[in-house]
Amino acid sequence: MSVRKPLPRWADLILLPFINLCAAFFVCGIVVWIIGENPWNALIVMIKGAFIYPGSLGYTLYYTTNFIFTGLAVATAFHANLFNIGGEGQAYVGSLGILLATALFAPYLPGIFVILLCIVCSALMGAAWALIPGYLQAKRGSHVVITTIMFNFLASALMVWLLAGPLIQIGQQSPQSDLIPKNAHLPSAETFFGWFGIDVASSPLNLSFMVALIALFVFWVLIWKTRLGYEIRAVGKNQDAANYAGINVSRTIIITMTISGAFAGLLAINEVMGVQHRAILNFTAGYGFTGIAVALMGRNHPIGIFFASLLFGALFQGGAELDFEFKSITRDMVLLIQGMIILFSGALAYMFNPALSRILTRVLKGGEHDD
Amino acid sequence: MSKMTQETSGGNAACYILELQKVCKSFGLVQANKNIDLQIQPGTIHGIIGENGAGKSTLMNILYGLHRADSGRMFIDGAPTRIKSSADALSLGIGMVHQHFMLIPRFTVLENVMLGSEGGALLKLGRAATIAKLKELGQTFDMEVDPDLLVSDLNVGMRQRVEILKALKGGAKILILDEPTGVLTPQEATQLFDILNKLRANGVTILLITHKLAEIMAITDNVSIMRGGEMVGHRKTSETNPQELAELMVGRKVLLNVEKPEAKPMDVALTVNNLGCFSSRGHKILDNLSFEVRAGEILGIAGVSGNGQTPLMEILSGMRKPDEGSFEILGKKITPENEVTPNIMRENFIGHIPEDRHKHGLILSFEAYENMVLGFHNSNLTGTKKTLDRNYMLEHCNARMEEYDIRPRNSKLLASSFSGGNQQKIVVARELYKNPKLLIVGEPTRGVDVGAIEFIHKQLIALRDRGCAIILVSVELDEILGLSDRILVMNKGQEVETIPGEDANAQKLGLMMAGISQGAKN
Repeated sequence: MSVRKPLPRWADLILLPFINLCAAFFVCGIVVWIIGENPWNALIVMIKGAFIYPGSLGYTLYYTTNFIFTGLAVATAFHANLFNIGGEGQAYVGSLGILLATALFAPYLPGIFVILLCIVCSALMGAAWALIPGYLQAKRGSHVVITTIMFNFLASALMVWLLAGPLIQIGQQSPQSDLIPKNAHLPSAETFFGWFGIDVASSPLNLSFMVALIALFVFWVLIWKTRLGYEIRAVGKNQDAANYAGINVSRTIIITMTISGAFAGLLAINEVMGVQHRAILNFTAGYGFTGIAVALMGRNHPIGIFFASLLFGALFQGGAELDFEFKSITRDMVLLIQGMIILFSGALAYMFNPALSRILTRVLKGGEHDD
Repeated sequence: MSKMTQETSGGNAACYILELQKVCKSFGLVQANKNIDLQIQPGTIHGIIGENGAGKSTLMNILYGLHRADSGRMFIDGAPTRIKSSADALSLGIGMVHQHFMLIPRFTVLENVMLGSEGGALLKLGRAATIAKLKELGQTFDMEVDPDLLVSDLNVGMRQRVEILKALKGGAKILILDEPTGVLTPQEATQLFDILNKLRANGVTILLITHKLAEIMAITDNVSIMRGGEMVGHRKTSETNPQELAELMVGRKVLLNVEKPEAKPMDVALTVNNLGCFSSRGHKILDNLSFEVRAGEILGIAGVSGNGQTPLMEILSGMRKPDEGSFEILGKKITPENEVTPNIMRENFIGHIPEDRHKHGLILSFEAYENMVLGFHNSNLTGTKKTLDRNYMLEHCNARMEEYDIRPRNSKLLASSFSGGNQQKIVVARELYKNPKLLIVGEPTRGVDVGAIEFIHKQLIALRDRGCAIILVSVELDEILGLSDRILVMNKGQEVETIPGEDANAQKLGLMMAGISQGAKN
């Protein structure tokens, strides 16, 4: 009933998130000040640590890559009103696709094909891991939140067993797989720019960043430009109407979860093919969960997800720098900042909306007439 | 403006149980209420009449504390009052029965009535008190309801009773009823009026919001007429007549019935044979139903809502499988063994305007142009490219908006931003575009303003004359009587009787809807 005049698009998409972000940083600044450090200095160190120091941008973008994949996974499911919390497990299992593809194809095929096949297989494994919760949700009504969480634990247990057992590197004590063959390595940014004679600092950034950008585009086309995307959104917004429209709701739920899992599975290419060159224990390191915050903050839109990923990437990298530079600030500060950002841009996303709306109305109309 | 202001009173504010002075309320740029003056005498039934969007509901929501007035004053028993929340309203003895019931379907009647007055950490005491109170109220006002039934198992009439009981239990002395008869049969409406009369006799003041003239004439003592957010008149019911009220309401002379030429029925388009189906709890909700509809005729299906009309429409439109029997649409036979989906039905030129446009007909958070292809998104309406052709869809939507006079003419507006009438026109435009051979229509004018009703009715008759077979399900008897060539009356999932449209009248249909056959069949 109560119709508030909506914010202009630009204010809703750019200004409001920015204000939320500032509020989050402001609260964190207070905490830093209480600890006894200068918040301003801390901010400068974080920004320098994330973007300016040699190699730091590479690290930031490397984290960004992971967040894009998991953010897309969460966002895809969100569009069908599903909450995929299983990005962590799907990404974890995605690595198996790479190990499988390298074992099968690496000896026989040239690098480019091996790499493509690895990418496809990681997505397929992630998809398969999400397919089961999707199926259970669609056909049995088991809530996808519960099942995807359970599948995270299953994935974790499975990977521990595999990495400590059948897949463990011969002669090694630590739970990690053999190195994957050279022709399945994704070139790092250093190598890639080296081909063009450009010198960049060494960092874990690799070509999977490009894959992430392509994934963003694919996501946009899928959700807003295809008939499948229309069906996904219809199911997400109003299942009854979707059913009325002849959309097979359970089929759409299963497909959406599968696609969601595929995006999460792609995270493995960054870690396994780009950085570690092997599957190691817990390489997913919580990226799957941060993906939820990324999707929330990015409003389930590719551009939003890109910037949210970049922000979280910068936080991860800059936060590490904080820990390094200040004795009294530990890495946990990053968690605090993250938490604040999620609080302000997720839970309190529209807290500033009424005030902003009032101010904007006054400013925009001010020139024309006064009441 | 209100020339009657002082006529019905002794000039003493204290003799009004409720008085409003210059109440204004706007939403953004829309002024929903402008300088509303209203005076209600205690122990009367006061009608407020106006078209959809006239501001009646806003006004009532202000009274009930759901909205805050921007300006103006309110007096209860002569004392200036501010109502900031529904809790305030309740404590002042104002109860409200909403148009859309505010009940929790999975709770029992008792649990629903107790809601908000559980009486402490343990439910036991509150429960006993509520049962006693329910019994007392039930006996006083002839509205007994089994307190242990689940609300989801009650029909609409009973749910409404529960709502009224809930308000009375809270000690309401002013009862606001928002469009209470919209979902009732004439008999149920009569029963409701009996209850209202009893309430009035017991000193309860009733505010009856409606857009139906007959109700105002039948039961109210005084009536206030709203149009475009303003009060345009106050009358004593005994001193006015329907024509005057209608003109005040609409602001011009009105044509209450659409012209309908003689039907020319052609081939049989739909044959239904012994159709039956069960609810998820195993109750038979559709029982051995057989009928046929010919191209070029409108078969009206009358009945109290919840007597099998919904499953019938769902089955015919492919949203639900029949459990028994079969039906044949345009020569295509469908039995419980067949695979049926709404898609298959659409491909067979079956249109479906669902009863509930918010639940089924539209995706409210989709833009108009996306809604204009709902159900047809795999057809050429979304363009011929592999991806959705947004420009093509926008053009298609613009053309339909022009054709059906859908306002505002903005294809990119969210469906939720349109008024009820325009939302319904979007659904009608979409379902009629492919020239269906069989159209299943449920409640085409529920919550739609008079102008749009006229328009939609004309469209349906024009479609019939182009040779479409139409099944019209409606709880509005006027609509059934005005449009149908034949009328099938349903009760408890069964056919009571089918009679020609010209032989029908509200009284007859009402009895049949209660399950009493009037014809030779018995």
